[in-house]
Amino acid sequence: MDIENQRRVKELAEKYGAENLVVILGGAEAEASGLTAETVTAGDPTYAGPLAGVQLGLSVWHIVEDEIKAEIDPEVYDEQVGMMEMVLDVDAIKEEVSSIRKQYSKY
Amino acid sequence: MILDGKKVVALGDRDGIPGGAIEECVKTAGGEVVFSVSECFV
Repeated sequence: MDIENQRRVKELAEKYGAENLVVILGGAEAEASGLTAETVTAGDPTYAGPLAGVQLGLSVWHIVEDEIKAEIDPEVYDEQVGMMEMVLDVDAIKEEVSSIRKQYSKY
Repeated sequence: MILDGKKVVALGDRDGIPGGAIEECVKTAGGEVVFSVSECFV
């Protein structure tokens, strides 16, 4: 996750309170999505950015996860995500992101 | 509810689901997108 985005997420968590912030990912790959999820919960695993050593513990989900999909208007979801959902390895993404969330999310 | 009434950060992916698409979805669930990008995974 690039340094500028880490900085923005850190600022927003300070501004709104980490408990009020939810991160929704749209990553195409499970591994990259997992690394981003780790960065906004346990801190930057590469120790390069502003979130190094900062355990925000944010609520983080991928948009294809069932709990998130269930809250979105089905027509809008189909229009915006439906096509990509068919080509992504959705099961791997769900497993990776939910695993990180269960380990590190505080909210 | 996960999204209703929350401030939402959309970390999209040009090769996956872009930030703008996440934003459109989140709005229908009652969340407010406060930051949206599409290049998080480059």
